[in-house]
Amino acid sequence: MELLINLTINGLATGMLIFLLASGLTLIFGLMSVLNFAHGGLFAWGAYSGIWFYTLTGSFFLGILFALITGLVLGFITEKLIITPVYGNHVQQILITLGFMLVLTELLKVVWGPNQMAAKVPSYLAGSWEIGDVLIIKYRLFIIFVGFLIFGIFQYMLQKTKIGLVVRAGVMNKEMVQALGINIKRVFLYVFMAGSALAALSGVLMAPYSGVIYAEMGFEFAILAFIVVVIGGMGSFPGSLLAAILVGLAGSYMAYYVPALSLAVNMMLMAIVLIFRPQGLFTAKG
Amino acid sequence: MTTLLKVDGIHTYIGQYHILQGIVFEAREGEVSVLLGRNGAGKTTTLKTIMGLTPASKGSVTFHGRDITKRPTYETANKGIGYVPEDQGIFGDLTVEENMKVAMRKEDEATLARQEYVLELFPDLKTYWKKDGGHLSGGQKQMLAMARAFVHDSKLLLIDEPSKGLAPIVIEKVMEAINEMKKTTTIVLVEQNFIMASRIGDRYTLIDDGRTVQAGDMQELIHDEELKRKYLGIG
Repeated sequence: MELLINLTINGLATGMLIFLLASGLTLIFGLMSVLNFAHGGLFAWGAYSGIWFYTLTGSFFLGILFALITGLVLGFITEKLIITPVYGNHVQQILITLGFMLVLTELLKVVWGPNQMAAKVPSYLAGSWEIGDVLIIKYRLFIIFVGFLIFGIFQYMLQKTKIGLVVRAGVMNKEMVQALGINIKRVFLYVFMAGSALAALSGVLMAPYSGVIYAEMGFEFAILAFIVVVIGGMGSFPGSLLAAILVGLAGSYMAYYVPALSLAVNMMLMAIVLIFRPQGLFTAKG
Repeated sequence: MTTLLKVDGIHTYIGQYHILQGIVFEAREGEVSVLLGRNGAGKTTTLKTIMGLTPASKGSVTFHGRDITKRPTYETANKGIGYVPEDQGIFGDLTVEENMKVAMRKEDEATLARQEYVLELFPDLKTYWKKDGGHLSGGQKQMLAMARAFVHDSKLLLIDEPSKGLAPIVIEKVMEAINEMKKTTTIVLVEQNFIMASRIGDRYTLIDDGRTVQAGDMQELIHDEELKRKYLGIG
């Protein structure tokens, strides 16, 4: 039983990190129809900038804040310079964002060097609690808490605020939103920046979780995020959460019970969902 | 009467297709101008070009004396043009209330009063206020689309085929509403249903193969059997 609880907490924590990365991706795709393969690069930049600032100041929360700002700034630059010229053209989007992903990765090495960087869990989040025979690692619970908190904040914004309404309407029908007098391009920019900030947050939280960060870390995680977006339904925020938890849990259980299948399980999940619900678990009605 | 909207020789391409090849017409303040023509004549594209959704490559669109030909869609809308597309453009996952909220640029007294007015015009919307737009009937969707375009202080409404796919009793309701709206707003209507168009239109513009072929008073067209037979296939 204690093993199952531990595997579940582990899976949930991984799921939350994937969710933070995928949620930005799904909003960007749902609203803007933009395939952003540079998203993983923003994740890695979040990890490096956040851990660098954390090391510099000794405050993990300032590190998180710095990663968020890095995400917002890089999101602004990426949208203005890379994405704006290729709106509406998926082939060009794939090529230019993949290229930009490589540029972001190499730039990381220019700024912080080619070596891996160690990332420690801050002392107040280190260690674990023992409840009966169950050992609960504090930092994993912290990640799960942050994941649900971010989900709550974004759900509130999407459901209860005017900008959230506009984003949801834009996912369903962009032309109509413009015809109602709303500058959708400005909304695109805000969403892109928010999505990039979430990617950076995911990166900086991931760093102490894995203990070490490296420039290419974005590639690996971005693939998981894309799988989650497809499973959850492109453009669906709750879909991303559910799919990320599924992927996280499946990976965690499989790694223990059937290690040989632990890498394939995500692809299998995606294949099963695509066979029975090609549109993903959740979809937006236009 | 003052000209509110002037479309002067617009040409529009969609992909490689030259859809509009010199559309000319004007909408006068306080009137209902109807664009008539067969399927595929270019009526819907004309409205989309006015809104900037399919921008014109040549010619000009002037609203209130200002050139809006190259303006982005949202600016055109904010200048006071409301648009009801052929497919109504309802946000299916948003409730009726939320659909209205997206359309309201501000929630001041004047806008709320307009919302009240439009809800009296379409009481069904009040009944289904919390229902998702995607679950409304075709007629209710049409009403919501018109209410949404009207709630902002629109000086001009572009309405594309409001009777399409609706039951006769619902068409009557929509017509009554348009008649009510025309008291405060100028309307440009695209309509295939000639009976409806002739009952509410003041002026007509006949479009064929992307060109304006004739324009004038609706009363003249009602009595011109040859023109109706040639371009509308009726009479």
